Amino acid sequence: MVSDVQNAALSPETVLAQMKKNGVTHVVWLPDSETNWLFLLMKDDPSLTLVGVNREGLAFSAASGIYAGGKTPLILIQNTGLMESGDSLRGWTIQMEVPVVLMVGYRGYTRHGVNKDTAATYTERFLHAFNINYYLVEEDGDAERISIAFAEARKTKRPVAVLVADEYHGFN
Amino acid sequence: MMDTAEMLKAFSHHRGNAIVVPGRGGRHWVEISDKPNRDLPLGDPAMGGHASFAMGLALAQPEEKIVLFDSDGDVQMAMGILATIAEQQPTNFYHFMLDNACYATTGGQPVPNALKIAYHDVARACGYPRAYAYDDLEPFSTDVGRILDEPGPVFVWLKVRPEIENKPIGSRAQWRTRSQIQVVTDLKQELGIAI
Repeated sequence: MVSDVQNAALSPETVLAQMKKNGVTHVVWLPDSETNWLFLLMKDDPSLTLVGVNREGLAFSAASGIYAGGKTPLILIQNTGLMESGDSLRGWTIQMEVPVVLMVGYRGYTRHGVNKDTAATYTERFLHAFNINYYLVEEDGDAERISIAFAEARKTKRPVAVLVADEYHGFN
Repeated sequence: MMDTAEMLKAFSHHRGNAIVVPGRGGRHWVEISDKPNRDLPLGDPAMGGHASFAMGLALAQPEEKIVLFDSDGDVQMAMGILATIAEQQPTNFYHFMLDNACYATTGGQPVPNALKIAYHDVARACGYPRAYAYDDLEPFSTDVGRILDEPGPVFVWLKVRPEIENKPIGSRAQWRTRSQIQVVTDLKQELGIAI
């Protein structure tokens, strides 16, 4: 029996479909607890090149190079790593006008706003500080917001974030 | 130990049609290169990112030869990218690293453990199939053509003389003639990529 919680989850198949719909060629990523099943799907998709980095700031410069080469990168990281990446986000994507979508695992997110994880406390404040617009995605019904983020990135020539607030009932 | 400008001149004879990311050698390279639309003199968008940028470009344009002139300070700041590059194995990627043992643009303070790191061994240990080290111009000039004929990824450690700047940033001579955005736009046009 499928519970209401499972029905409400964001499925990795939905996220992968959004990537393909928006022409993603390279996923620059560092694993987080939200994206394990997505990794397994991406790994088996021949249209995607996975570029694993070991520090999130490197994802921004790598994505900038992929964009300079005419391809479409997606950055897939956790909010903790996003906050570590400030200068790379600034220099390699904002300053260079790279239209890239950041899918960011929103560790510690709670709908009611009372959280016990400072990673969640500072995530949106960090994005505000860098003037990065963002969309919250919690379940499959929200998935079209990912396409909205891609369209906005292309239009504004800026990074746009998608916060994946799905840690406790989705991919895992 | 080599002068960066002389080393870049030696390289330029073998450049062919390669795309060059001149990194910390940019101020000299813009005077040497005869293919500016295939150069990416970006200055320093954010320290530590040149190798990952050039790797990304190599992955996106596998038919083009990509040459990077990185620095020891940049590599130390982001040494983990060596593992990623080795995992991706871009056969079109040539990773030259200028080692002046210091942070020249901030006044010449030493890079940590600057004189004791065998960078080519680090690259090889991370999985680069080929890695070399040169501290004199003559053997480098002799070998660079052969190195560029080998499949990448290749790492080449080059000992260069520091060119230390102590002026405030605002009063330094500006060597870049194109913005970072223009540089990327020019490359895309050169490669026939839709903008």
